[in-house]
Amino acid sequence: MKKLLFLTLFGLAAAMTYAGGYRVGLQGQRRLAMGHTGVAVVDNAELAFFNPAGLVYLEDRINVSFGASAVFSDVVWQNEEFGQMARTDSPVGTPFYAYVSYKASDWLTLGLAAYTPYGSSVEWPTDWSGSHLVNNIDLQAIYIQALASVKISDKLSVGGGPIYVNGAVNFNRNLNRTLSDIDGNRANVTVDASGVHAWGWSLGAMFNPTDKLRIGANYRSEIIVEAEEGHADFSNVPDSPLTPFNDTRFDASLPLPAELSIGASYEISDKWLVAFDYNRAFWDVYQSLDIDFQDPAVPDSENPRNYKDANTYRFGAQYIANEMFTLRAGYYFDESPVQSGYFAPETPRNDAHGFTAGLSVNITEKLSIDASFLYNRFKEVNESYDYYMENGQNVPFEGTYKTVAFVPGLGVTFKI
Amino acid sequence: MMKNYRFLAVGLLALGIVSCEPDLDNPIDETGDVYENGEADFTHYVALGNSLTAGYADNALYITGQTNSYPNILAGQFALTQETDEFTIPYMNDNAGGLLAGGQPLPGFNNRLVLASDGAGNNSPSIYTGMSATTDITNILEGPFSNMGVPGAKSYHLVAEGYGNLAGVQAGMANPYFVRFASSPQTSVMADALAQDPTFFSLWIGNNDVLGYATSGGVGVNQAGNLNPATYGSNDITDPQVFAQVYSQMVQALTANGAGGVLINIPDVTSIAFFNTVPNNALVLDAQTAGNLTAYFSAVSQVFAGGLMAQGVPQEQAVALASQYAITFNEGPNRFIIDVPVTQANPLGFRQMTEDELIQLQVDQSALASGYGSVNLTAEVQQVLGLLMAGETPTQEQANILFGGVNGLDDADVLDSTEISEIQTATASFNQTISAVANANGLAMVDANALLNSVADGGLSFDGGTVTATYATGGAFSLDGVHLTPRGYAIVANEIIDQINATYGATVPKVNVGQYGTITLSNEVQ
Repeated sequence: MKKLLFLTLFGLAAAMTYAGGYRVGLQGQRRLAMGHTGVAVVDNAELAFFNPAGLVYLEDRINVSFGASAVFSDVVWQNEEFGQMARTDSPVGTPFYAYVSYKASDWLTLGLAAYTPYGSSVEWPTDWSGSHLVNNIDLQAIYIQALASVKISDKLSVGGGPIYVNGAVNFNRNLNRTLSDIDGNRANVTVDASGVHAWGWSLGAMFNPTDKLRIGANYRSEIIVEAEEGHADFSNVPDSPLTPFNDTRFDASLPLPAELSIGASYEISDKWLVAFDYNRAFWDVYQSLDIDFQDPAVPDSENPRNYKDANTYRFGAQYIANEMFTLRAGYYFDESPVQSGYFAPETPRNDAHGFTAGLSVNITEKLSIDASFLYNRFKEVNESYDYYMENGQNVPFEGTYKTVAFVPGLGVTFKI
Repeated sequence: MMKNYRFLAVGLLALGIVSCEPDLDNPIDETGDVYENGEADFTHYVALGNSLTAGYADNALYITGQTNSYPNILAGQFALTQETDEFTIPYMNDNAGGLLAGGQPLPGFNNRLVLASDGAGNNSPSIYTGMSATTDITNILEGPFSNMGVPGAKSYHLVAEGYGNLAGVQAGMANPYFVRFASSPQTSVMADALAQDPTFFSLWIGNNDVLGYATSGGVGVNQAGNLNPATYGSNDITDPQVFAQVYSQMVQALTANGAGGVLINIPDVTSIAFFNTVPNNALVLDAQTAGNLTAYFSAVSQVFAGGLMAQGVPQEQAVALASQYAITFNEGPNRFIIDVPVTQANPLGFRQMTEDELIQLQVDQSALASGYGSVNLTAEVQQVLGLLMAGETPTQEQANILFGGVNGLDDADVLDSTEISEIQTATASFNQTISAVANANGLAMVDANALLNSVADGGLSFDGGTVTATYATGGAFSLDGVHLTPRGYAIVANEIIDQINATYGATVPKVNVGQYGTITLSNEVQ
């Protein structure tokens, strides 16, 4: 318990990319073990994220679920033309979640949720070949949400609530491919903003045509995080009026895209449940990462991203082995929102196959330990980022990328 | 309960079979899998040469320059093809670049040049003063070193015993850079290289055998015909036979154990930024000044002709000889006047520069702006001009005052056509030797002469633009105008790689030129 608390606290400090773009799909160990399906699964408080409409169908008065994952993910890049190679040494990300629901009446359940659906932490070797694009990035966003779930009938419910987002970003890269001080130390900039907040909402509905089949839909709104007056610190800039890069403030905005989920679950027998989810992440909103420096002498930084909307297809199954053990497994296919030619090493993501498994151990009737494991398989991909400019000319940064990610997670479900 | 343990065991097994490290299908770090060394053996690569090999730039040798030297770039790429020994470099102590001897600054070995700027568009190369030099040549480094490039070395210096003897530095018999890493005071560069038993070598030597003559504006001696290099001065042109002999000997010694190698030839010194930055027609005049200068030289011509006739020279002959001084100037750019030796054909010892003649980079620009290279119109000169306008005949003294107004460029600031042709003859001969020696020994040969000519003539394109020979902004030449930038050295390294691959059937990858820097900016100057 203490350890979990520690993990949860540590989760505030780091989160990690592990779905398309900087989406981190790790919002519940039980659901993750089933391929992160859950928009139509009524099981525990993880519904607060997956579909708050379902919370009202939970049988117990109080449901609590919390947990965290440890994301081990690294990327290798090489350029065969020039014999260059680099590997990330990214810190272990620990996204977390904590959900509580309270049945206020037969038709109304209230809830509170905290989760980290977006984040990224990538650390390339300082001054590596792509250091003009990124040396390291740490992006975090914590969602805190109040929820209400309303039963319209035994067959239909709705739920949702406002989301408060608190985000932080720290990003370092070299100013260009060559600029350095007298000792050859590369000139670089760190942009840092924290305590950036914004508001959004989510809304879901659940329909139960039979007592075996559930159908769900959930929509989480787009949230644009606007960093204002962030710090931009320049290092190793030559002492020259030709390079007037003094520390300044910056404004930038980063979209956390909307996501629509539609899915169904079916209880084949007392022991077997299967589920399918379709997600669409509206990444099209992420067209460019623009950093507006306040000091007029520092040129603004414009970095085209041109993401496209991306789909994820998720499948999961659950088997209740006995009173003590419930086993789960799943698979998903996660499309990358990154288009060819826009493959930037700060979020080096191509399409992923996710293989998941997990189990719940019912310690008592009220308390379960939920464990999950995710393995992400990526194809090796030859890609480039073509929109870095030098002297008015696009200079592509290209190479072969390969990513590996595996994510063990542990959680607790408690109900009274 | 057994069943329950089995579930856990399966879970743990699943954890065990996935690896955290992503692996590529053809990882380049598994040496030899992707790139081939072919018939070359890069196990122990030794680089021989002069400043260009050492990574000298901006009029100094300093750490980052050494790191970006073409031999170090090559060694990094060689290591992708096979297991190689570490490429060792006799690193300087700092990035300031100056030399000390026994704690005292060594005259002539200043800190590096950096580009200073006043922020209003006026940029000037200046000596870096952000830190004092800390590299003391009395601090002898423990070798052996793979990069044996010695700034200032000429061909015959590489075989000169005692070239690294501290005691010989002051007398100019030894080289302070070699003093730092010679294995003994008596040794030669070649002996220290051979002692390492290199499996592969590069040799780029001979540049200084013409360069010193060139950068000094041809004040040295063309030693063609003198076969004793011991009698040569530092600004002399080496006799081609001396070069050929010492060069063949060196290559013979280096290949004796079967080592492969690459020979790099001598660039045309007229293609370097040092001679192409101050144009010979930078005398830009308005119409009035041009008219004044034309009138002045017309007066000089007439007075000179008059003087000759007064001495009994027939008019026709006198006018013909004097007519060379009636130089006309036009509005806009005009070529400068240079001083030349007084001869019967040119008794006043000046003329206007011809189209192909060159001015060196370090010419005093402010002097050029105030009459250096044309006429010093002093009050006395003007007075004489006034007399002439009034129709008076000048005295001998007045005529001399008039002639004295001519303020031609000094020989040291100019490469005249004779000097250029001497340099080109020697360079062509050296390059013939290099080419023949490469052929005879089956070695790779890099035509640096053609490479730098193409940089100077239109430039070479890379992923971030075009590298040209334009001073300071072109990207190829460092601020001394002679030595290359890291980007320039990377271009050379790529050409060397091409030739090695072609000769030895290797597939050494090139480097990305755009990732190598050019000149360094700093306002930490005096």
